[in-house]
Amino acid sequence: MIISVASGKGGTGKTTVATALAQSMSTDVCLADCDVEEPNARFLLHPEISREENVFVKKPLLDEEKCTGCRQCVDVCQFNAISFIDNKPVFFDYLCHSCGGCILKCPENAISEKEVLIGKITFGKKENINFIEGSLNVGQAMSPPLIKEVIKQAKKYKDVIIDAPPGSSCPMVEAVSAGEHCFLVTEPTPFGLHDLQVAVEVLRTLKKSFSVIINRSDICDGKLKDFCKSENIPVAMEIPFSRKIAEGYSKGISMVAVEPNYKIKFKEIIERIKLCSK
Amino acid sequence: MQQIAVLSGKGGTGKTSISAAFACLNKKSVIVDCDVDASNMHLVLSPRVKEQGDFNCGNFAVVDQSKCIKCGKCRQLCRFNAITEDFIIDKISCEGCGVCVWNCPSDAIRFEKDMSGKWFVSDTKFGTLVHANLGIGRENSGKLVSYVRTKAKEISKQNNIDTIIIDGPPGIGCPVIASVTGVDKVLIVTEPSLSALHDLKRILELIKNFKVKTFVCVNKYDLNKNITDEIKNLCLKEKCNFAGKIAFNTSFVKAVSLGKTVVEGFDNNLTANLEKIWHNVKRG
Amino acid sequence: MKICISSEGNNLDSNVDARFGRCKFFIFADTDNMKIDAVENPNTEAMGGVGIKSAQLAVDVGAKAIVTGNVGPNAFEVLSKAGVKVFTNAQGKTVKEAIGDYKNSKLTEKTQ
Repeated sequence: MIISVASGKGGTGKTTVATALAQSMSTDVCLADCDVEEPNARFLLHPEISREENVFVKKPLLDEEKCTGCRQCVDVCQFNAISFIDNKPVFFDYLCHSCGGCILKCPENAISEKEVLIGKITFGKKENINFIEGSLNVGQAMSPPLIKEVIKQAKKYKDVIIDAPPGSSCPMVEAVSAGEHCFLVTEPTPFGLHDLQVAVEVLRTLKKSFSVIINRSDICDGKLKDFCKSENIPVAMEIPFSRKIAEGYSKGISMVAVEPNYKIKFKEIIERIKLCSK
Repeated sequence: MQQIAVLSGKGGTGKTSISAAFACLNKKSVIVDCDVDASNMHLVLSPRVKEQGDFNCGNFAVVDQSKCIKCGKCRQLCRFNAITEDFIIDKISCEGCGVCVWNCPSDAIRFEKDMSGKWFVSDTKFGTLVHANLGIGRENSGKLVSYVRTKAKEISKQNNIDTIIIDGPPGIGCPVIASVTGVDKVLIVTEPSLSALHDLKRILELIKNFKVKTFVCVNKYDLNKNITDEIKNLCLKEKCNFAGKIAFNTSFVKAVSLGKTVVEGFDNNLTANLEKIWHNVKRG
Repeated sequence: MKICISSEGNNLDSNVDARFGRCKFFIFADTDNMKIDAVENPNTEAMGGVGIKSAQLAVDVGAKAIVTGNVGPNAFEVLSKAGVKVFTNAQGKTVKEAIGDYKNSKLTEKTQ
């Protein structure tokens, strides 16, 4: 089963929970870190790294001899990624979405594709956990193609926990779309509630099954729980604030390493999801 | 006039709480919430919306079923798997590239503007707040960020306000870049964890390209004093200014739960500390 | 000689727009006779690549130089490749003043 862990707001404990979920399983599982702009799961899991693979996306490549300077590619590009200088198109890879439009449009077949490096995928292992991490190169604009690649690799495993990027835009959507269920990790502050509401809207649009995990559940009032109740959103788990866990996190010690009792709880919520999905 | 962007790299370090505190301490600024994906400043500044508008956050294709001959060409050409077997285009997956639109043999596909973005100009106790929300699942390209920043600059000029405080988004992608372009100073709010240290290095690498005066402050520093020291050393190495450090303080949550900034009468020591940090950034 | 100035308004007394890509107007000025053509920027609606499109506009119209507050790296690349000179830091001046400064070589050329 593929389970994604997302948050809406950053810093609510998404990676902490994703790692804890993976560490609570007794069978083989894959932990896929799709927060490719700032991947952090490795700082809690400490996997033994086995290999790295570069990830490329296709960008246009011009055959100058065939090009007649008709400029149709410039006009068809919806992302303004092509300029026209000295009677020839000039491509801006940074803005290109790799849609293939210019290639299709060119009447002279003068545009083909080249591979451009956008980041890498790192593979590793820690006990029964297979670790896959996507890391976007600094300066690269777009995460979704790399996230897609991480998920492709992760799908080779039967059970996958996806650590999704924060927010509710394209990268988060890419990561949670692959999952059968999403745990939304939040905190009971106005920030947490506000961003949860946006994330809920996304998941409902995607028609994904989801439930909420309230981290640091005792630091604020009950408005978030009330929201979940009024919206019929199941609260899978509440984790009270623990300075011990926070300090452990800062040193790279995972939640279930600091508090092993939590393993049973995380295992339970996964079992419940698996049962419901049957 | 100076523009100061507050970033974090990693989410959840306290960036928004601290930007809001600066807005309060500065008494009158133009404040811009550039975290359009998950905008939060309005939760602590009690804004009264004066002006608002819809925002075009991209285009998406729509199939006119009455004209569709179900030839499947669009599905064949679409690189984003956005078209279902029933020839319905999934708005969320659609990138707006237009390939299906101009390749459809029966002209059955049209482009539509996605106006689900919203921008707002609001009054707050500490100046004008410019904020926005991206439509859900839309591409956060930086366009909406640029839009709110432009509005903020216009407002600061019209009203002779000398400081623009920008609450930036997490990460290192397009929207962060759009938040930092053309600013005078950047403050990175971080925390003393291995993850945050890793993310700090990445965001510092990004900011190097912008040649802006860079400051770093560590929130919740007492959770790990060793890493706090590592961050200080990193600042020395990377030639950025260490603006200060803040101990873990429950006032942060207390303040936001009351819809206030953290310097509005919660903890005098915390307020004094934040005043010092703001002074370091503003005058530095 | 034709130059392009990013502007907040459509006349010589308008202020130079600090941004190039998303500026409100492009003012194309003939530096010999001071005749101007103000064009409303058609690119502001675009999601991205606005700098490129705006630079393209300046290149297509035949400007030999642009005068603005600042340009991003994409626009700069297009302009440099096309041999168009880029002069920055003109914000705060009026279009008229900027043209004057350009003619008297008082503007800073951006070379990288």
